[in-house]
Amino acid sequence: MTTTTTPPGPSLAAGPSRLRRALGTPTLGPLAALLLACVFFSLNSDRFLSGGNFSLVIQQVMVVGTLAIGQTLIILTAGIDLSNGAIMAFGGIVMAKLAADGVVPPLVAIAIGLLVCAAFGAVNGLLVTAIPLPPFIVTLGMLNVVFALTHVYSADQTVVNLPAPLTALGDTFAIGGTTVTYGSLLTILLFLLFAYLLSQTAWGRHVYALGNSPEVARLTGIRTGRLTLGVYTVAGLVYGIAALLLVSRTGVGDPQAGQTDNLDSITAVVLGGTSLFGGRGLVIGTLLGALIVGVFRNGLQLMGVPSIYQTLITGVLVILAVTVDQLSRRRNR
Amino acid sequence: MTDTPVVPVLQARGLVKRYGQVTALDGADFDLMPGEVLAVIGDNGAGKTTLIKALTGAVQPDEGEIILEGAPVRFRDPLDARRHGIETVYQDLAVAASLDIASNMFLGRELRRRGLLGTVFRMLDHKRMRKESARHMAELKIGLPSLTQAVETLSGGQRQGVAVARAVAWAEHVVVMDEPTAALGVKESGQVLDMIRRVRDRGLPVILISHNMPHVFEIADRIHVQRLGRRVAQIRPGDHDMAEVVAIMTGALRVESGKDAVITDQDAARAIGLS
Repeated sequence: MTTTTTPPGPSLAAGPSRLRRALGTPTLGPLAALLLACVFFSLNSDRFLSGGNFSLVIQQVMVVGTLAIGQTLIILTAGIDLSNGAIMAFGGIVMAKLAADGVVPPLVAIAIGLLVCAAFGAVNGLLVTAIPLPPFIVTLGMLNVVFALTHVYSADQTVVNLPAPLTALGDTFAIGGTTVTYGSLLTILLFLLFAYLLSQTAWGRHVYALGNSPEVARLTGIRTGRLTLGVYTVAGLVYGIAALLLVSRTGVGDPQAGQTDNLDSITAVVLGGTSLFGGRGLVIGTLLGALIVGVFRNGLQLMGVPSIYQTLITGVLVILAVTVDQLSRRRNR
Repeated sequence: MTDTPVVPVLQARGLVKRYGQVTALDGADFDLMPGEVLAVIGDNGAGKTTLIKALTGAVQPDEGEIILEGAPVRFRDPLDARRHGIETVYQDLAVAASLDIASNMFLGRELRRRGLLGTVFRMLDHKRMRKESARHMAELKIGLPSLTQAVETLSGGQRQGVAVARAVAWAEHVVVMDEPTAALGVKESGQVLDMIRRVRDRGLPVILISHNMPHVFEIADRIHVQRLGRRVAQIRPGDHDMAEVVAIMTGALRVESGKDAVITDQDAARAIGLS
């Protein structure tokens, strides 16, 4: 601390240097990685650099990307969610079955599916806050419970012949000759919405504070229990939107869907520079993380690399990302 | 002392707090006068932490009453105490590490933009919060490189500066500092002590809980000695030396009224150099 005798001038609010602050942003690494990957693949495949291919990448990552928004929220609170893929699969089946059976109008079916997902999120949140239990264990248990429920409720049958509103997000529109699905647009909008909520509202500041230290947050008057419950519930609702995106993309209700999406969403979050220890990270980073995975899969595929190597490279990237996070934390201590 | 018309800012009478078999507070009294730095000292287990927790709403006493500015109060939780104008700076540098200084200053009490942006879109007024933070920092003469810097990039003393500035900014009646120098080096401790003086000079009374006798003697106007769950003495640093205060703390010396110190345990008194 430098205790000055004269009151500090306006330089106090100005900041050290914009460049240094920009270099300190956690999204810089992921952004650089994404751009490098794009350069690499455009040099190695003439089909990579096109609007249509990018549109395809976004379509491929939108479901996991949306799940990863919820995952980001939870990881920012120093939690983790292993059940998000399962919750999404169940939400998808609920929407598809209710709509296909004609029990309720399609839009109502969608609403019920969203609410069911939010409710599972809320149960996770309750168990984490009220008892309290470690998020890892709670969501691991929930993963199994919801997986089983999905198979019981669907009787292991894929639901087909879905009415139009359920697949509407799979419809496309054109931007300058490139066709884009409404689902891709919705995913991007969701990322922007949560980027806004996290950086521009008190709620967002509180999520970070909670992830830094629940005790500090509590002592500053934040109702940490209610906040945590809210985060898990909102995450659940986002998984519901992911369910709708999934149904619209595949055109069916698939009880087998989303089985590795929990880990894939964590991968996107970690690649995006968000710390698994909570309190540090940006949801835009998660979008970059999801795109990195998508671009690698797509680019390697275009280069004719077998898909098992895509998995291998994703794994290496995750370990790299966590290493960078750990090392930068040590430096800050 | 009884015939002075000055109303204590914060008072406690006969506080009792039991944890099962253990009695942490056994009829403790407490008085904080306007504009003073009151040090609260006591051996481990003397009940000073419980006393402070009761005064700041973190613990609810089983018996006794707390009086703020002459009116009895009952704090449900720390937030309630804060609403009553009692702010606490905790020893473990209670700031959110990854948030910037302005966000920390306004954590839990954020300012929103005026108009629709604030009411409908709940948008924070970062600019106004930074400006206000800069003003509070300047008032306490805390120099910091940048308000947009994450608190984790600051030194321990700077972080404590942020915590103190936040407490002072919001405290209407009392600032409580729980071992504010425990985690700091010599130079930074000195800076925090300077800060405490400036807080007092602004007319805000400070309760300082500290194990560090030199710090207590350097800065306190009065010392509250807690022992076995009660207040056993209220003294002025000028009237007793450090050895005597330690003796009071450990029970070797007893203060009856005013300045008369009575040795109650000759062996203990000899052991610490009094006779």
